[in-house]
Amino acid sequence: MKKSIEEIEKIREIKSKELELRTNKDFTGARKDILVCHGTGCTSSKSPEILEKLKEIIKEKDLKDINVVKVGCLGLCSKGPIVIIRPEDTFYSMVTVDDCEEIIESHIINGEVVQRLLCKTIDSKEAIEKLDDQPFYKKQKRIALKNCGIINPEDIDEYISVDGFKALEKVLTKMKPEEVIDELTKSGLRGRGGAGFPTGMKWNFVLKEKGEQKYVVCNADEGDPGAFMDRSILEGDPHSILEAMSIAGYTVGANKGYIYVRAEYPIAVTRLQIAINQEREYGILGENIFGTDHSFDIEIRLGAGAFVCGEETALLESVEGKRGQPRLKPPFPANSGLWQKPTLINNVETYANVTRIINNGADWYAGIGTEGSKGTKVFALGGNVNNVGLVEVPMGTTLREIIFDIGGGIPNGRKFKAAQTGGPSGGCIPEKYLDTPIDYESLKEIGSMMGSGGLIVMDDTKCMVNLAKFYLDFTVSESCGKCTPCRVGTKRMLETLEKICEGNGTEKDIEKLRTLADNICKASVCGLGQTAPNPVISTLKYFEDEYREHVIDKSCRAKECKNLTKIEIDPEKCKGCDLCKKACPVGAISGEVTKVHEIDQSKCIKCRSCLQACPFKAIS
Amino acid sequence: MSKERNCADERARKETLEIAEKYTHDKDNLIAILNEVQVKYGYIPKESQLTIAEYLDMPLAEVYGVITFYSRFTLIPKGKYNISICMGTACFVKGAKELVERAKERLGIEEGQTSEDGKFSLETMRCVGACGLAPVFTINDEVYGKATVKKLDEVLDSLMKE
Repeated sequence: MKKSIEEIEKIREIKSKELELRTNKDFTGARKDILVCHGTGCTSSKSPEILEKLKEIIKEKDLKDINVVKVGCLGLCSKGPIVIIRPEDTFYSMVTVDDCEEIIESHIINGEVVQRLLCKTIDSKEAIEKLDDQPFYKKQKRIALKNCGIINPEDIDEYISVDGFKALEKVLTKMKPEEVIDELTKSGLRGRGGAGFPTGMKWNFVLKEKGEQKYVVCNADEGDPGAFMDRSILEGDPHSILEAMSIAGYTVGANKGYIYVRAEYPIAVTRLQIAINQEREYGILGENIFGTDHSFDIEIRLGAGAFVCGEETALLESVEGKRGQPRLKPPFPANSGLWQKPTLINNVETYANVTRIINNGADWYAGIGTEGSKGTKVFALGGNVNNVGLVEVPMGTTLREIIFDIGGGIPNGRKFKAAQTGGPSGGCIPEKYLDTPIDYESLKEIGSMMGSGGLIVMDDTKCMVNLAKFYLDFTVSESCGKCTPCRVGTKRMLETLEKICEGNGTEKDIEKLRTLADNICKASVCGLGQTAPNPVISTLKYFEDEYREHVIDKSCRAKECKNLTKIEIDPEKCKGCDLCKKACPVGAISGEVTKVHEIDQSKCIKCRSCLQACPFKAIS
Repeated sequence: MSKERNCADERARKETLEIAEKYTHDKDNLIAILNEVQVKYGYIPKESQLTIAEYLDMPLAEVYGVITFYSRFTLIPKGKYNISICMGTACFVKGAKELVERAKERLGIEEGQTSEDGKFSLETMRCVGACGLAPVFTINDEVYGKATVKKLDEVLDSLMKE
């Protein structure tokens, strides 16, 4: 049934009271909500089964006023599945189906916190009960992720209760398109897809363009391996993206929107479709929204696994059902985009910020962040770091704060070596820049880029040449083949890197890499090619000594390149247990039981089976 | 044999048409239709390609061009158990490469191939988005997180016994 503004307000009033125990920490009353994280990480570790089990026990015991709620990503993925009990805000980590009984019995019925399920600090192993006290959340500021982990993404009424559709209502009834653009421009919001183009300016280009038919597109083709920010927003708060797209439609004069989302994100696709259906039912998508002249509808388009489709013009080709090959620019999509009509394309996280800016004002937003980069940025923190997960911090936060304060540092007592931002288009940042405040400009200055928000931490067991090879391998397989510098150039770079990693490289190869990189950057058609050499350029800049060791000394200090490493047994540590000898598939290990063993280097194939077999860590 | 073959072709044509008819004849529906066919068969049979080309009134070559462009679409059937190892950066950093090597060795097939008995197929993919559990592999729709060579071995052992 179509709802009027008054009816929406009514839902907001009733529902926000119901949700008060989740949003207000001082809530008193007998009711409790058990929030079960349903982000991708937790879902993979069986959180839907936990949800069902909790419901079942509550039904069995006939408990009143206890709700079990499915919520979006809470961020701390490595400690999943996560269960939170509100209003007291107790944070349970790594919950299993078998723990459900105890949570209900002890916490809900007897009011005693289940100590063994609390998250422990990394150094002191001290248990922390509340979410707000977790070091992981302390330095974060959640704007784009505001509703993730608070509301049920499949319930439109819950979204309405947390100021949902207020921004749309405000824009449709009280603001002119120019005023919306002014507000965005003043807020300083820049594109979160990676390049950082000012959002207000982009919207203005499309508004100024003449034409009956215009389109609004959401780029949810999050192809950067190791990044899952957009996915978490789509899964945890899909309505806020749809709302922002509708606002964009009103502002630029479009009545049709497309969300291009990866088919590899089935949960996000399902929740988006549920959200679209619910909004259509309420009349928030469709004809004459809120009784105004504004009509807007949104369709989902599935991507089919091509990284290049994250490039805006390639994405448009793909929405049109074609091979996703980039177009030459200009004309830009704002002038001639989808089916040659003026088209506005923004990334998921950019849209996520729009409703917050309209609701809280441009000045509020512009007060967060650095001089040139306003607001917050969501990072997908991964790799060799203790707390793997989603992190949203104000622009200007340093890498050290993200990796060590929020991320909890490097596991297994290893040393930090480099951080990689921007995925295959970005670069590696060495230790000396850990204290750089992160924003669009500062990252570019040190040879990396903001990118969409992947942030991979690497410890000293990672070989930088091998890492560059990994990224080039990625770009080679993802290059669309349209232009020669990218199609052939990246392949030649990969071959050169392979040669170096196999131990056949020469000093000339390093120079060859530099020349190739330079040419590919300058001559490629689209962003993919122009940035493809960045991982090589940045590792060459900061870790050239490692490249030199590979070609001159024929050694790999991180022991990742098999041909350049020797696997040896430490005679001090070897107890002669014979396990390595049994594990070796080629019989390269000799030695009598209880005596020190030895590896015959001419036979060793560096399979590392012995490393895994040794109980004394004597082999390295 | 050829009669059976004809029957299968006929069925693929019919089923593909049923999928296609959910959409209009507009060419921009191509990827959406292919996605459904891929999910249904685990690959895109030749008969389906012909049916789709006819339905959308476009050359078969163009349909084929789109299929080969996108990594999600395949031209050979996947195995009963499709083992997919994540090679996203987070998994790579945590040793996904060793899992790939091990799987190849155990299954005797390369990436993108299906075993002769049609039981196993192996592929690598770019990021499932479950980086908190890295390294990750999936078998059909089941996700196996914090994977090790040992864990992979155990799973393969139990599937091979079937």
